Amino acid sequence: MRAAGELLSTRKGHDTWIPLLELAIREVFELMLGSQLDLPGDESRELPGISAMVGLAGQICGVMSIRCDTKTACRMASKMLGAEPEPKSAELQDAFGEICNMVAGNFKNKITGMSEKCLLSVPTVVTGSDYTLRSLADSDTIEVTMLFERLPFNVSLEIHS
Amino acid sequence: MSGINALIVDDSSTMRKIVERSLRGAGVPLSAVFEAGNGAEALSLLETNRVDLILCDVNMPVMDGLEFVRRLGGTENGKGVPVVMITTEGSESVVVQALSSGARGYIRKPFAPEDVKKSVVSLLAGKI
Repeated sequence: MRAAGELLSTRKGHDTWIPLLELAIREVFELMLGSQLDLPGDESRELPGISAMVGLAGQICGVMSIRCDTKTACRMASKMLGAEPEPKSAELQDAFGEICNMVAGNFKNKITGMSEKCLLSVPTVVTGSDYTLRSLADSDTIEVTMLFERLPFNVSLEIHS
Repeated sequence: MSGINALIVDDSSTMRKIVERSLRGAGVPLSAVFEAGNGAEALSLLETNRVDLILCDVNMPVMDGLEFVRRLGGTENGKGVPVVMITTEGSESVVVQALSSGARGYIRKPFAPEDVKKSVVSLLAGKI
């Protein structure tokens, strides 16, 4: 068990945002999915089967993303929809994208001054794991891994400026 | 107790379901629930349908929620209908824009079912 989740940061400047990101994630899952999240132990990581991304532009430019395997995403979506969607369905993609959207919005609203000066894009959802995302900008990344019903998922914020 | 016709405007079908469930959970007696994926669809739907309450997202493609609310007052079936904005957008300037455009309430996502109840029940006083 790790003391504060599996928290990674590649640059000190954004370390203080990690607890805010974790809180933003917890609130979304508690209020919108009715689920309490746990911190990870030694669970093995699956390759992500689905990823949702929301762009941030303004005072901060970057990408918020959430990744997990498809089974986990279906379980998450079932909490929102009332029934488990098919793994490749539009319903799953919509629900998973909305989770990312709410986490990104909730996170930026927790940082003083950012809600006024940062806009969010509509979510993009990618299925499959055989892809590489490469930013052309010099970037910093904060990352949080948590457990939803004992299933790991990962949220990261890549910050370009 | 009379039934309420509600219009839910959000580009996410998941959110439309959650909002409907929250309304029912708040004890709002729904006769009909209309759904639209953006402001333009909502205006089109209001040409042939009357509603008692509108819950609307802010950030949507084609026509966003602020533009929708601005245009709503000029429509026959939309004039005077209470609108509650439901959105992840938490900036004060957007809240002010929404309220000055005619919205009567504002709920920030993520929200608890009680937030929906608190916002809509007073707006529907006399109808439920």
